[in-house]
Amino acid sequence: MDKYETHPYDVIVIGAGGAGLRAAIEAKSQGASVGLICKSLLGKAHTVMAEGGIAAAMANIDPSDDWKTHCADTLRGGVYVNNWRMAQLHAQEAPERVRELEQWGALFDRTADGRILQRAFGGHKYRRLVHVGDRTGLELIRTLQERTVQLGVDVYMECTVTNLFKEDGRFAGALAYWRESGRLMIFQAKAAVIATGGSGKAYKITSNSWEYAGNGHAMVYDIGAELMDMEFVQFHPTGMVWPPGVRGLLVTESVRGDGGLLKNNKGERFMFKHIPERYKGQISDTEAEAEKWLTEIREARPITARKPPELLPRDIVARAIYNEVKEGRGSEHDGVYLDISHMPAEYVKRKLPSMYMQFKELADVDITKQAMEIGPTMHYMMGGIRVNADSQATNVPGLYAAGECAAGLHGANRLGGNSLSDLIVFGRRAGLYAAEYGKKTPEAKIPDAAVDRAEKELFAPFDRKSGPSPYEVHRELQEVMTTYVGIFRSESDLNTGIQKLQQLREKAKTISVEGNRQYNPGWHLAKDLDTMITVSEVIARGALLRKESRGGHARTDFPKMEDAFSKVNFVAVKDGDKPKVEPKPLPEWSDEIKKLMAEEKK
Amino acid sequence: MSESKEVVLKVFRGDPRGGEAKEYTVPVGPGMVVLDAIHHIQGYLSPDLSCRWNCKAAKCGSCSAEVNGKPRLMCKTRIDDFPAGEPITVYPLRAFPLIKDLVTDVSKNYEVNKRIPPFTPAKDVEWKMFQPDVDRVQEFRKCIECFLCQDVCHVIRNHGKLGEFAGPRFFVRLANLDMHPLDSLSRLQFLKEEAGLGYCNITKCCTEVCPEDIHITDNAIIPLKERVATRYYDPLRLLWRKLTGK
Repeated sequence: MDKYETHPYDVIVIGAGGAGLRAAIEAKSQGASVGLICKSLLGKAHTVMAEGGIAAAMANIDPSDDWKTHCADTLRGGVYVNNWRMAQLHAQEAPERVRELEQWGALFDRTADGRILQRAFGGHKYRRLVHVGDRTGLELIRTLQERTVQLGVDVYMECTVTNLFKEDGRFAGALAYWRESGRLMIFQAKAAVIATGGSGKAYKITSNSWEYAGNGHAMVYDIGAELMDMEFVQFHPTGMVWPPGVRGLLVTESVRGDGGLLKNNKGERFMFKHIPERYKGQISDTEAEAEKWLTEIREARPITARKPPELLPRDIVARAIYNEVKEGRGSEHDGVYLDISHMPAEYVKRKLPSMYMQFKELADVDITKQAMEIGPTMHYMMGGIRVNADSQATNVPGLYAAGECAAGLHGANRLGGNSLSDLIVFGRRAGLYAAEYGKKTPEAKIPDAAVDRAEKELFAPFDRKSGPSPYEVHRELQEVMTTYVGIFRSESDLNTGIQKLQQLREKAKTISVEGNRQYNPGWHLAKDLDTMITVSEVIARGALLRKESRGGHARTDFPKMEDAFSKVNFVAVKDGDKPKVEPKPLPEWSDEIKKLMAEEKK
Repeated sequence: MSESKEVVLKVFRGDPRGGEAKEYTVPVGPGMVVLDAIHHIQGYLSPDLSCRWNCKAAKCGSCSAEVNGKPRLMCKTRIDDFPAGEPITVYPLRAFPLIKDLVTDVSKNYEVNKRIPPFTPAKDVEWKMFQPDVDRVQEFRKCIECFLCQDVCHVIRNHGKLGEFAGPRFFVRLANLDMHPLDSLSRLQFLKEEAGLGYCNITKCCTEVCPEDIHITDNAIIPLKERVATRYYDPLRLLWRKLTGK
């Protein structure tokens, strides 16, 4: 081990998106020594792409809003398999976390009386999303980045963690490589916060960047941590579909929150056909009422009408769009139409400046005059690393997880806006508890043999003189996940998918890469494939066991929600070469949550 | 508009020891951007071609390069904007030390950023701000740190002064802090003495390349220069200071 550059810390944070940055800030503020490791340059993480806003019940616009309503909305949106305690903490703490951002220099859009403005979004009963036009993620990440720099956190840019190590049953440290040189390094750390986001790059059509390769999921799973709810994958209803190069690119939900309508090729607003029972109280069932809502938000008046059905949660809208296309009512390029051209052009440009530019420059569409063509795109993973609701601790001592890579808050489907608030609420909690643990715990020795083994595996693709290119295997993986573990699933498809994933795992072991270790994207992808295939198989196995349709998980052979599955989460652990996936009982609602859910139903 | 089905890209390949442009022929689809072509090269022709990218939607500022000599985001640069049949050259940003292929060492920018005195609200301030006051600062906060402005600025590119000169990106950040309605700190001395604001002779090259359309020169740099001038070079103030010793 002496041959490696080694950095000792109380806490390392792996991933520098919103959750990682917030965790690093907290751990540093608690007096721990902190190393923040980011796969890209600082400030480029996936959070930067978030558009719509941060959900926080600040009640600046709709005075009736409070944490209880936000918590109930989150549980309803998650179709009741969320961890109730996380939903509660999230709703209670989000407003304070937002105020804190403002005190660190963030500048959100304002109300007429100088407070933080909030906008409507799918599944949220009230106007709740704190935002800056449609670039809220940039504001969040830049604010946290500046704060991290101000506090003097050590930042390791373009550094990829490849393996975590355990000794005496607890976390001991990590192996990483510098992207620039391909040189290896060791983080001798007492605690780690995993904040590595999702694994969307396993899918062909996705809003995710290359970084989203399930690194964190697979690394913790490898040393015995549990993954939960992995079958719940969110397909965002509105991704771009044309031109081909931008297929999957996100079109923010704010388009609908600010008045955008969904139409099929007959001009019909098809979402009126898809209002589920549990949303009947909140959603307009006539065009006249939906029109009234539109007028009220356009004129920034108090809202009296129920929201239009375009603002149902994402799982419902995505499936409805998929069906419209499948049944022949789609647009020219197999999407449907999203239209906001009925709103004043100035309003559209002010509320959605980057969407306006994105369509104008990349698709030659002026959204103030023409409809957009959109369709579902793989966007987010509700499932992830199983954590304690309060501390974000995993079952491996010293290991914590926060943000998209952690599971529990969102249940079967995440509401828009609940991701950015998740990052700051649970990023802070993970940093707090990891610091507490890291400060009082002695170092564990990283086992030499495990490091040697990891190094050998890492460089093996250079030694193979022939074999498939990592890009070829990646294309096959994307094809498999999109075809067999996509938006609609069935037993036979999932079985085929699992079989193909196992074949791909074998094929991945024969990958050969060209060039040297210096800044070599082919080599980086070879390692990312390893983690993506692992995560993909856990997704497929969870999906096979959940014989019902709920939230982001839809089965053609079990199209209904089943009571038997409403009380369990599926939890995966590594068992030899394969994941062992078993149902675990869902934590029972506290009396307070039972009471508030009963009241919300009325 | 280009009608051809293929495009030739001349992409720089090499490292600090040397290198040259290599030609790749890439199939062209509708609406294709330069980054799509680079991805095609990685996926089918040369898997070790280095380039930075993340969002592919002009939100992260990673895929900066010099396309046909002009600093641009590759994700926003359409192939059909160029004359059909002519090769497109893609080079790394030339103001920064080369790492490999299209990747350069931009770390000095992060070092400059660390020295900027951070946002400092007054104690017990009321957190109330109004949209018109926030609007002009929000323009600066659109910056995606692509460093194209740094790349094109002659003080950095031709004179290598990044460090003693903060550069347009960080004047934008300083303007953001300076004009934040609730910030309480003066950064004028920093601007004059440590950020090298005086080096800028407002040629507006930075503004021209900004993919976020931030009016860097007019809205950030010139107002900062005016404030520094008023503080340090106003003749009445100079006289006052001489007389009072303040």
